Amino acid sequence: MPIRTEPVTVNIGPQHPSTHGVFRLRVTFDGEVVQDLEPVFGYLHRGSEKLAEERTYSQVVTLTDRLDYVASMSNNLAYVRSVEKLAGVRPPDRAMYLRVISAELQRIASHLVATGFLLQDLGAFGTPLMYCFRERERILDLFEMLCGARVTFSYMRVGGVFQDAPGEFWIALDKFLGDMPHYIDEYEQLLSGNEILLTRTKDVGVLTSETAMDCSITGPVLRASGVDWDLRKVDPYEIYDRIDFDVPLGTVGDNYDRYLMRIEEMRQSLRIVSECVKQISSGPVKADVPWLVRPPVGDAYDHVEGPKGELGFYLVSDGGIAPYRCKIRSPSLINLTAVKDMLVGGKLSDMIVTMGSIDINMGEVDR
Amino acid sequence: MTVSLTGEDVQARVVGAIQGSIESWNGSDVWVPSGFLHEVCKFAKEDPELGMDFLVAISAVDYIEYFELVYHMQSIVHNHKMIVKTKCWGRENPTIASVVDVWRGADLQEREIYDLMGITFTDHPNLKRILLWEGFPGHPHRKDYLEPPR
Amino acid sequence: MGPITSANSFYSNLYTAFVDFHIVGVSPIPEWLAYFLAGFIVIFTVINAVVIITTLGTWVERRVLGRFHARLGPNRWGPWGLFTPIADAIKLLTKEDTRPDGIDPWVFNMAPIIFIVPAIMVFAVIPFGENTYVANLNIGLLFIIAVTTVGTIAIFMAGWASGNRFSLFGAMRAVAMLISYEVPMVLSVVGVVLMTGSLSLVDIVEAQDVPFIVVQPLGFLIFFAAASAEMSRSPFDIVEAESEIVAGYHTEYSGMKWGTFQLAEFIAPFGVSAILATLFLKGWDGPLLPSHLWFFLKVCFFWFLMLWIRATIPRLRIDQIMAFAWKVLFPLSIVNVFLTAIEVLVWPNPTTTEWWTMAAINWAVAILSIVIFSRIGKDKMSTRRPIFSSRGSNSSALKGAN
Repeated sequence: MPIRTEPVTVNIGPQHPSTHGVFRLRVTFDGEVVQDLEPVFGYLHRGSEKLAEERTYSQVVTLTDRLDYVASMSNNLAYVRSVEKLAGVRPPDRAMYLRVISAELQRIASHLVATGFLLQDLGAFGTPLMYCFRERERILDLFEMLCGARVTFSYMRVGGVFQDAPGEFWIALDKFLGDMPHYIDEYEQLLSGNEILLTRTKDVGVLTSETAMDCSITGPVLRASGVDWDLRKVDPYEIYDRIDFDVPLGTVGDNYDRYLMRIEEMRQSLRIVSECVKQISSGPVKADVPWLVRPPVGDAYDHVEGPKGELGFYLVSDGGIAPYRCKIRSPSLINLTAVKDMLVGGKLSDMIVTMGSIDINMGEVDR
Repeated sequence: MTVSLTGEDVQARVVGAIQGSIESWNGSDVWVPSGFLHEVCKFAKEDPELGMDFLVAISAVDYIEYFELVYHMQSIVHNHKMIVKTKCWGRENPTIASVVDVWRGADLQEREIYDLMGITFTDHPNLKRILLWEGFPGHPHRKDYLEPPR
Repeated sequence: MGPITSANSFYSNLYTAFVDFHIVGVSPIPEWLAYFLAGFIVIFTVINAVVIITTLGTWVERRVLGRFHARLGPNRWGPWGLFTPIADAIKLLTKEDTRPDGIDPWVFNMAPIIFIVPAIMVFAVIPFGENTYVANLNIGLLFIIAVTTVGTIAIFMAGWASGNRFSLFGAMRAVAMLISYEVPMVLSVVGVVLMTGSLSLVDIVEAQDVPFIVVQPLGFLIFFAAASAEMSRSPFDIVEAESEIVAGYHTEYSGMKWGTFQLAEFIAPFGVSAILATLFLKGWDGPLLPSHLWFFLKVCFFWFLMLWIRATIPRLRIDQIMAFAWKVLFPLSIVNVFLTAIEVLVWPNPTTTEWWTMAAINWAVAILSIVIFSRIGKDKMSTRRPIFSSRGSNSSALKGAN
């Protein structure tokens, strides 16, 4: 005789230790199995796109910092590239190298946060998290030497970066590049072979490559599903075409693949930064762009490969000092399109781990 | 290097298949009348030469007389991209066809445009406000939007 | 006074002291009152010692966990932060005692009490040192197992009475898990009981010529795993998985009620370490140092082992936990019981060499069975490496692309 059960709707609410910010999931459970779910967000909506219409092109840089507050440098880079495409400005070489160094260091920092918090959600009571944050502190110290801030940098400007790197930065960077590979090896040694991590993340939250492309997923999530698409390779911007690096791909598209993507991308970012340090030459760090930039009438869309996916800005200019429309293509929001495919049919524990492995950031989702 | 298809190439390809579907073009974009949007998007995805299997972004701009929707799309297979624009007339209740059945990635983006610009997408499976709460008066990204009531 | 008190020198000394006590002008204290006062003082000492050591244990845990995490633990209040547990206690006592609307008041209020009482009662039968115990029940081990099972009811009461779906989730998971792990836990100590021939903990300590951790490796490992699960200690802490269901069954509790839950959660590892030390490491026995100190050191050793495991590995999912209990621990414990029964039949009164022979056989079977079990889930444990994109490098020429 079958047991009569009743599905239960639970609110994994905006305040929760592992929802990566203010994010709400309305989930219907049948026992422990997820039957249906609906993500609700907008708790952090600050109207960045509308605010950008009231600020000059240079002032919008500070707004972009606060989008994905874990990876500010990438946001800055995407925005200033769009303005430069609109205005037809080309930054000097040294500026481009400095930008790429900052963006790649920022990618390492963001992936450290993602990995640390993935393991925190898995229940490893804070040890991997603290180890990842120990390295992130060193990166934030480097950024502090570069621009004086630790979280929201506003380092890039239209036409280049705002100041050159001091001498102590290069010394500290060399030391960091020497130490970091051993730390990544340490993480791999502790984590990648851990049986509990393997049983919890393998074949959980699988995303096929067709679904990923159809849902416009980008970033490590897309590459973990096996689609070979990294903007730094297919559409090289800045000076990525002068640098030799590899792009890791996954095979199955489960949580374990996404975790491996991030670890491997950290290694490749170290390679890129070492190359940049060798290739960089002296020169000005900012093109001669007027303080109040007035791009000609028109529109432009430019994108970068941020740590969470393809971050793009679509700017429309009417010839004035402020953008007429600044539309932000945020990777975290669009990566949430496939969340139902990945979570329905799994259990509550799997749901938390999968949300952690997609690595969303509410500042970006809500803007 | 991703090639940006020029308006000329795109219109040559599309007009051959769907008559009257391109109203104008320039170096990088094509403009499509709003009635033909769904057909053109479906054609762009299914055509073997264009092969636009990846929707990058949908943006909406308020040009006072009309709303303009900009569709950036990309082909992972061929590594090229194109831009399709369409104008949506009328400020009271502008409507346009939804492309969710062509690319699922349009789902949340169209909800956001409905929420913040007020453009209704027909045949969308779940057209609800996404970033603002239900019952919010007005659509903030419009140019004639005033401050919310305190 | 009967068999319970006569063999216990500490207790009997107290009793005789009371009986011989004369107050000037007042007749000597009646026997029942002396009995009662002696018992009361002993129990009072034991419970306070347990609670004080537990609160010190919270400080040790936080400092040691900090060292695992490459950071300092709390070090502000008092020398090296030693007053932190006192600060915690003051904070909990002065917090508001929230009472949500949808609760069942009687059940809600009784749950913390029912949870902490079994945790402390375990210490009633454990020998702390030579001839030092509160009671030497001849069914000591059965008493411990029976009493610890009552904790499960308390968790379910707390989860149900909170009127909160998350709490109910936690309670459901807890009940399923705790009931499943009772079976391997009990079966794994059957080996010890067979070798001793008695359920009394004092007899078990005295029967260990060779410590049972050497003679019963399978029993030790299974008991360690099952007892960790019974206490909801990592990696089995799905019951109160902070990152999933906020706090599980004690989400709606605040103030000292929550403090009681936490205290009971903390006393339990000490209790289980004490049981482990008694059953497997020969309790209070040891060469040079006094017996109480040896006992304390052994308890600390097992407690540190549990803390170490908690700091290191992630947690398992509920269906994996149940699979582990029923598919791995239960068959292994049956193998252990079977083997031990055969050995006890062959060597009823073993000499030291015969103990070592039994130990060798048990170790061989233990290693063999663990290897066989690990081969079963082998392909699920294989790691993966990422493949690399074939787009290759494009550092050929300075293309100058913007």
